[in-house]
Amino acid sequence: MRFFAWGRFVAMVVKEFTQMRRDRMTFAMMIGLPLVQLVIFGFAINMDPKHLPAAAIVADASPFGRSILGAMENSGYFAVTHLATSEAEADDWLQRGKVQFVVSIPADFSRALLRGERPAILVEADATDPSATSNAIAALEGLNRTALQHDLVGGLAGLKSGPPPFEVRIHRRYNPEGSTQYNVVPGLIGVILTMTMVIMTALAVTRERERGTMEALLATPVSPLEVLIGKIVPYILVGFIQVTIVFVVARLLFDVPMLGSSIVFGAVVLLFIAANLAVGITFSTVARNQLQAMQMAIFFFLPSIMLSGFVFPFRGMPTWAQAIGEVLPLTHFLRIVRGVMLKGTEWTHVMPDVWPLAAFLLVAVTIALARYRRTLD
Amino acid sequence: MAEVAPEDLVIDVRGLTKRFGDRTVVRDVALRVRRGEIFGFLGPNGSGKTTTIRMLCGLLEPSAGEGQCIGYDIRRDTAAIKRQVGYMTQRFSLYEDLTIRENLAFIARLYGMRGRRAAVDRTLERLGLTARQHQPAGQLSGGWKQRLALASCVMHEPKLLLLDEPTAGVDPKARREFWDEIHALAHGGLTVLVSTHYMDEAERCHRIGYIFNGRLLTEGSVADVVRDSGLVTWSVEGASLAPLRARLSGRAGIDMVVPFGAVLHVAGSDEARLAAAIAPFRDDPLLRWTRSPATLEDVFIRLMSAANGEGARP
Ligand SMILES: Nc1ncnc2c1ncn2[C@@H]1O[C@H](COP(=O)(O)OP(=O)(O)OP(=O)(O)O)[C@@H](O)[C@H]1O
Ligand SMILES: [Mg+2]
Repeated sequence: MRFFAWGRFVAMVVKEFTQMRRDRMTFAMMIGLPLVQLVIFGFAINMDPKHLPAAAIVADASPFGRSILGAMENSGYFAVTHLATSEAEADDWLQRGKVQFVVSIPADFSRALLRGERPAILVEADATDPSATSNAIAALEGLNRTALQHDLVGGLAGLKSGPPPFEVRIHRRYNPEGSTQYNVVPGLIGVILTMTMVIMTALAVTRERERGTMEALLATPVSPLEVLIGKIVPYILVGFIQVTIVFVVARLLFDVPMLGSSIVFGAVVLLFIAANLAVGITFSTVARNQLQAMQMAIFFFLPSIMLSGFVFPFRGMPTWAQAIGEVLPLTHFLRIVRGVMLKGTEWTHVMPDVWPLAAFLLVAVTIALARYRRTLD
Repeated sequence: MAEVAPEDLVIDVRGLTKRFGDRTVVRDVALRVRRGEIFGFLGPNGSGKTTTIRMLCGLLEPSAGEGQCIGYDIRRDTAAIKRQVGYMTQRFSLYEDLTIRENLAFIARLYGMRGRRAAVDRTLERLGLTARQHQPAGQLSGGWKQRLALASCVMHEPKLLLLDEPTAGVDPKARREFWDEIHALAHGGLTVLVSTHYMDEAERCHRIGYIFNGRLLTEGSVADVVRDSGLVTWSVEGASLAPLRARLSGRAGIDMVVPFGAVLHVAGSDEARLAAAIAPFRDDPLLRWTRSPATLEDVFIRLMSAANGEGARP
């Protein structure tokens, strides 16, 4: 038996498209939903994550530098997790998302400080997600007055009065204006895809079973694989249309940039769509009716938005929530897309988030196919 | 059934059994259906008709049993079987949101038919639906839906037609036309297995089988089935049949008393004992007794109660 015949596959695709077009309400939802969400989520959601990882470049090995880093950690918002030897190295970490901040203490810092020249330290923030960094940045305020309280004693006590002994320069990287839309738009692409892809496929297969058309379908020469792929392909196209809509509107309304490669972006979108479709198909093999399929889709959807770093900054979540988040495709998709769109991240740098996505897809497809076969009997 | 050359058998299965979990839904069913024959498949709700049909067309794998359908092994060659069988499911299974034409075109594509457009046009023409081809199939009335479903099953010119209660909920005129169509198809050489709950439809079949609790209890032409049952029936007309029914029921020699409108059917399997049992009521001037041939329904009810008596329920 031929498991895949082009003609039968085309028959399925044509039929799915015709049904999709006929169902005006759903069709309008698929197109309208991205727009509505884009507007709704345009509002900022501010949370207060702490202990954000920071890298330090200490070019001046003096007690002052250590005290300043210590004071930053004491604020509760920073955790100096990495020590960089070069700016390039720190930059790389920032871009990969390994750290959220880079603190640079310049070479002649202590000398300039002692001379009363009010030298500056530089704090670079990954501002793609402003809600994650804004409180930390606010905590830097006044740090220049308090950080060196205990170091400036004896002959240096004079530096305590008058203007603060040093300056903190903040450099918001990737999103200089701290615009929340920058962060929300890439996230929204992921959220909308999760929602439509999972729900639509779960319903598309369950509907056939519920209405009794699946039985007649499977009594024809069409193979289960053709039915499955024939149902999936139209939704991949719908997914890309949605991405395009959000993308274009975001560009026009919020001026969200696309710094990275469109090819990497497209490839990741495809991978992500596939992962969600596989989840939808799996649900459809378990659900007895469309209502159940819908409920399962929502059951998957809620943790996806909550724990992926879309609503709450990922680093602000408790460890267990982060562990769940790491499993969800949306989490990795968000990281990749934020990186590619806002930071211009190269494909080699997104690989650490591509693997989990690919692994998820593999597992989901395996379950979907295994379950799908069983339900025929 | 008289011996037939195997190549004349379109369906030939033995020991067909289907279990769902620990429930046996079809047990040890043997069926032989000849080319060009209309075989009626009868049995109460839940007796296993649909399950049997699904095993024949490769939708379900039998738990036990073997055989062939159109010359293909029902376990191994399901793909070949599917290409040459037309299966009309119990529920309307065309897409209600697609138009009549789109439905037919979709099916024609699935079977990889050549000259699809012409085939669809022909089918629409034959059904007299050409003018309504762009209406959603869901808007058709019940009778039209059945005709459309049948047309979509025969479009790819199958060798065997499996119809699962095709006329349920259809008015008598539409039913009659539907059966005329089935006979025309059979006359053209198509073999038809049709399940039904209607006795008049059973009478229009060349042969019938009666299934109950997953077991095929009897099989043959209607006359054979009635004769084999050995059932002797009297009908009685007259006033106050209800009390009479109560008095007759359970008398030795009487197997069953069934009211049919203004007539009561009194049946037993032994002519002499039945005659003795009704003798006390024969002289009642208000009752009119006539010896009547047993009806199929009498036979089925009798088979069912006999099977139940044996504790055949799972
Ligand atoms: N997939 C299944 N899993 C479990 N039980 C099933 C399944 N399919 C059918 N059954 C059971 O098998 C029995 C026979 O069902 P089937 O549909 O074959 O009966 P039927 O003769 O077609 O009845 P009807 O006249 O109501 O259509 C029923 O009791 C049904 O509940
Ligand atoms: Mg049935």
